[in-house]
This record gives sequence, structure tokens and C-alpha cells, in this order.
Amino acid sequence: MGKSIMRSRLFWPIMVLILILLINLFFDSSFLSIEVRNGRLTGSIIDILNRGAPLMLISIGMTLVIATKGIDLSVGSVIAMSGAIGAMSVANAETDGLGPLFTAIALALVISTLVGGWNGLLVSRIGVQPIVATLILMVAGRGVAQLITGGQITTVYYDPYNFIGGGYLLALPFSVFIVAFVLLLAVLITRKTALGLFIESVGSNPDASRLAGINSKNIMLMVYLFSGFCAGVGGLILSSNVMSADGNNAGLWFELDAILAVVIGGTSLMGGRFYLMGTIIGALIIQSLTTTIYSIGVPAETNLVVKAVVVLIVCLLQSPEFRSKVFGTGKLKKTKEQKESEGVTLS
Amino acid sequence: MINRLSIDYKQLPLIATIALFVLMFSFGSLRYTGFFSTQVFLNLFIDNAFLIVVAVGMTFVILSGGIDLSVGSVIALTSMVAASLTMEAQLSPVIVVPISLLVGTVLGMVQGSLIHFYNLQPFIVTLAGMFLARGLSYVISVETIAIEHPFFSYMASTQIPLPGGTFISISVVIAIIIVIIAIFLGHFTKFGRTIYAIGGSEQSAMLMGLPVGRTKVLIYTLSGFCASLAGLIFTFYMLSGYGLHANGMELDTIAAVVIGGTLLTGGAGYVAGSVVGVLILGIIQTIIVFEGTLSSWWTKIAIGVLLFLFIVLQRIIVIRSEKKQAKE
Repeated sequence: MGKSIMRSRLFWPIMVLILILLINLFFDSSFLSIEVRNGRLTGSIIDILNRGAPLMLISIGMTLVIATKGIDLSVGSVIAMSGAIGAMSVANAETDGLGPLFTAIALALVISTLVGGWNGLLVSRIGVQPIVATLILMVAGRGVAQLITGGQITTVYYDPYNFIGGGYLLALPFSVFIVAFVLLLAVLITRKTALGLFIESVGSNPDASRLAGINSKNIMLMVYLFSGFCAGVGGLILSSNVMSADGNNAGLWFELDAILAVVIGGTSLMGGRFYLMGTIIGALIIQSLTTTIYSIGVPAETNLVVKAVVVLIVCLLQSPEFRSKVFGTGKLKKTKEQKESEGVTLS
Repeated sequence: MINRLSIDYKQLPLIATIALFVLMFSFGSLRYTGFFSTQVFLNLFIDNAFLIVVAVGMTFVILSGGIDLSVGSVIALTSMVAASLTMEAQLSPVIVVPISLLVGTVLGMVQGSLIHFYNLQPFIVTLAGMFLARGLSYVISVETIAIEHPFFSYMASTQIPLPGGTFISISVVIAIIIVIIAIFLGHFTKFGRTIYAIGGSEQSAMLMGLPVGRTKVLIYTLSGFCASLAGLIFTFYMLSGYGLHANGMELDTIAAVVIGGTLLTGGAGYVAGSVVGVLILGIIQTIIVFEGTLSSWWTKIAIGVLLFLFIVLQRIIVIRSEKKQAKE
């Protein structure tokens, strides 16, 4: 029983998350308490959930992309574009009606999804490597976002816009519901239909999948569309949180955080199996790490060093060579895994 | 005849790049007064000397089929180390310069070792290196450290006169020396040929008995060294150390290498091409400055569009050569 829990992919990520929360509790004894204020739940935990919402969303999209052995570097720029489109289209709203809000949401999401589709077309149809294909938009997308905002931070004075990222529903931040909805959607589609299996099979071997009758190209296109959509929602939340459009800094470094969250969650960068719940926990770990670093008074910039060390450790633990060299145990199982991973590289 | 055509195909991106550069320079010359001068051309080198040096290191990495995302942060870290050692520890440049150069070299070697010995992806290892270097430069100081030292001012302001009343800076001389060494390394040594072989197919290179592991570690060490040297040149240029220096520089560098005709899949490309790639990025900026009304973000959009065009061109070349192989 104990062993089966330990073997679960989620065991180590959850342990790390608990450890970080305990460290926080050590420095601030009221860390875990949740209070009701004005009919809203407040507390550090709620705060982490709320602030981590964009990262969780983007990481969900990134998980599926990485599962197909791809990567999406453009999410940070898509966040900036989506936020800019959303905020700029309500910046001059004269009424407080809901019309402009829905227009803004629809416009931002449609364009983000199309942008994701552009990445998908480059990868699936033209056959460009994912890193390179999405690099184009990572560079140009931020330029477009700056073009939309005119290079300045535009403040929004249209109250309903604040609801997306700052609103509350049933005493919980509304953004948490958005994450829950998208996560549920992703889990249902990938685990209750065959699509999840298709994604995993494309990630392990696109050619074999095609021969088995799976339309690999469309599967790839689909995951990039979804990643663009997720980044779009994340961008709306971020820009609504601060009620402004900022083409320069919105979503900066998000692609790296999202990749980090996916890797911590146990999904391998080599493609194949993916773990959506692991990703969510990975995103929460990153967010609580950030909160911790702020709250115990270490300079916020050290965050980057901590993240670098975490990425390296996680990657080393995933590397069969490292495990067999350092732990040296379970050789039989390791060699089998080694063969599997080599099989993937060869393909 | 057919054989000659196929060679032309591989060189097509480089030819397109050179043609593009000539086209852009003539466009600028026709449109703006004062654009067509040797000094404007030389300024491209003066303003982008550090980018040329990083691009040289990156070319080797990409030729081997890898990628190095840490270079921008290494530039920032080097500038920070140089600034704090000079200003806060009051050390002489004789000590500061070697230490600064070691920063990137050691980081590059560690990255290369991780990539080779533990079979990790270059992308993720150098991503961690990028975080680490930028974080460490913030650990040194969050604020800008301005450098006031006779050696650094000398390096920054000395102008080497050239015939015709024009001049270049010391940084340009360093960059040109690096380019010459790199061309020699890439085309006339065993090390260079091994890099091309690894980029073509790592497995074949291994089966041929080439020292794949040693070469891979050396490639990243070299890239780290180039990034550190670029960091020093950048420090001469800015006369300060700052954690946000060269933010996003890794992308500019990759763009320059790709536009310069190196295939991202590895195995084909030229160091000299990357220099032209850097000049193209430089000329985009120069045109935007001359235009006056265009904002800086147009640079990013223009680079994105160029990247797209060149990547599609690369794909067409690869697909064509694959088809040709299938026919034979």
C-alpha cells in the first residue's frame, strides 16, 4: 500500500509542495489559515491559487504540446498580445454594460487561438522544429503586442473587465473557476475519449502513429491551437488583474515557468505520457516558491537561481544515465527504461 | 552539372542573406541622405561587435544540432562580475578580465558536461543556465553598477582611424580576430569537421570513431567563452554592469545564425554567414533609426518576419535534398 503511493507520479511533486508550504508555516504561523472577509475567502493559500491561475492555465496547454514532443515558446508573447487586445478593446468603453466585455473576451481568445494555429501549421504542415517555429512568434508576438498598446501601459477604467481576474464567485476568486473549467475540459477530452491516447502515441512516434491510422498532423495542430487558447485566457486574467495593457512586460518569462511546471509534474520533454494533475501541482509549486521567497524576505531576484537549480535536479532525476550512475540500484529496470528512451531518440 | 546545382542549394540561404544585405543597404542609401557612407557600414560592426562574437559561438552549437539559450544571461553576468570586481573590489583589469572570461567558460563547460554525460536536452540545460546566470547577476547586485576606470574608458572610447576619415573601435578588432579564428577552427581543423559530422548525424559520427563527447563539451565551453567575451565587449560599450543587460539577446543571436544560413537541424552552415546575419539585424535597426518615425518594436516584428522566411526556405531545401536522396 505504502509502496504504491510512493510509486505514484504525483508523490514527489506533492511532497515538494507540502514541504514548501511547511517552510512557509515555519516563518509565518498564520500561513495556512483561511478567513472569511466580506463574504470572500482570504488567506495565503487562496492567494497562491489566485495568482497561480494564469500559470496553471498555460501549463495545461503546454503539457499537451510537450506530450506530442513539441514545445511552445510563444506563450509569453501570446499572453501579452491577448492582454493587449482585451484591454485595448475595452479601454474606450463608454457604458458599464457587459457588451464590450464579451467582445473583448471573444476577440482576445479568437486571435490567441489563431496564433496558436499558426504555430501548429508551421509544425505540422511545413515540418519546422517546434522550438524554432514558436521562436518566431516569441520574437514577433511581443512586437505585435507593443504595436497594439503603442509601447505604453494603457490603464482600463471599465469595471466589468476586472471580474475576469479579480472577481469573486461563491467566495472564491473567479480565476480559480476558469482554471477548474479548463482543467476539467482537458481531462475529460484526453482521458474519456481516445484523443489523449492519440496525443501520447504521436509524442512517442509520429510516423508509427500515422501508419496506425492516426492523423498525426491534425493532432499536432490541435495541441498548438489549445495552447494558444490557454495562453489567451491567461493573458486576459493577467491584464484584468492589473486593469491595464502592458505589451512590454506582460507574460515575460512565462514560457519558461510553464515548461518548468510541466517538467516538475513528471511529463517528460521527450514526449509521450503526460500528467495534467502533475502539471497543476508543478505550477502550484512554482507559485508557492515565488510567494515564499517574497515572504521570507530573500531578494525576489534569487527566485531565478532557485528555479534553475530545481529544473536541473528534476531533469537529472529524469535522466536514466544519472540514475544508474548515482543510485546504481534496480539496474534491470533502468536498462529497460534506457532502451525505451533510446528507442524514442532513434525514431 | 547536376552536382554543381546541388551545392548551390545548400548555399542558397547564405546567398539569399548576402543579397538581402546588399538590397537593404541600397534601399537605405536611396531613401535616406547620409546613409551611403563607409562610416554607417562600419558602425554596424561597432554597435554589434558583441553580437558577432556571441553569434560565432552559437554557430558552432547550432552546427552540432544543439542550442544555447544561456548566452544573453552570461553577457549580463559577465558585465556584473567585471563591474563589481573593478568598482567594489578595486581589482586591476589584469585580474578582472581573465576572471570575467572564466565565468562563461566554466558555465559552458558545466552545461556541455550535463548535456553529454547525462544525455539531457541542450534546450533544457541551457534554459536552466539562463535562469542561473541571470539570477546570479542579481545576487551580485540588483542595481546598475557604473564603471569608472581608465582601462574601461580607454577600451570604450579609443578610435582606430582607417583611411578616408573613418574609424573602428577596439571591440571590432577583437570581433574580427574571433571570426578569423572561428573560420579556421570550423573549416581547417579536426574539431571543426567533427562538429559538422555530429550535426549531420550524431550516431554516424560516433560509429566513425570521432570524439563526439569531448567535442560536444568543447562546443558548449567555446560558446560560453564567446558569450563571456561578448559580455566584456558589451561592458566596454555600456560602461556598466546590470542584471537586465542583454535581455533576450539569445533570441537575436539565434535569429542572426539562422538568417546567416545555418540549418537549425545542424550539419550545414558557415561562421561567416552568421556575421552577415548580425549585420542584417544591425541594418534593420539602422534603417529604423534613420526613418525616425518608426518605433523600436518594428525591429522585433521585422526580425520575426525574416526568421519565418528563412526557416521556410530552409525547410524547402531540406525537403528537396531528401527527395533527391530518395530518387538516388
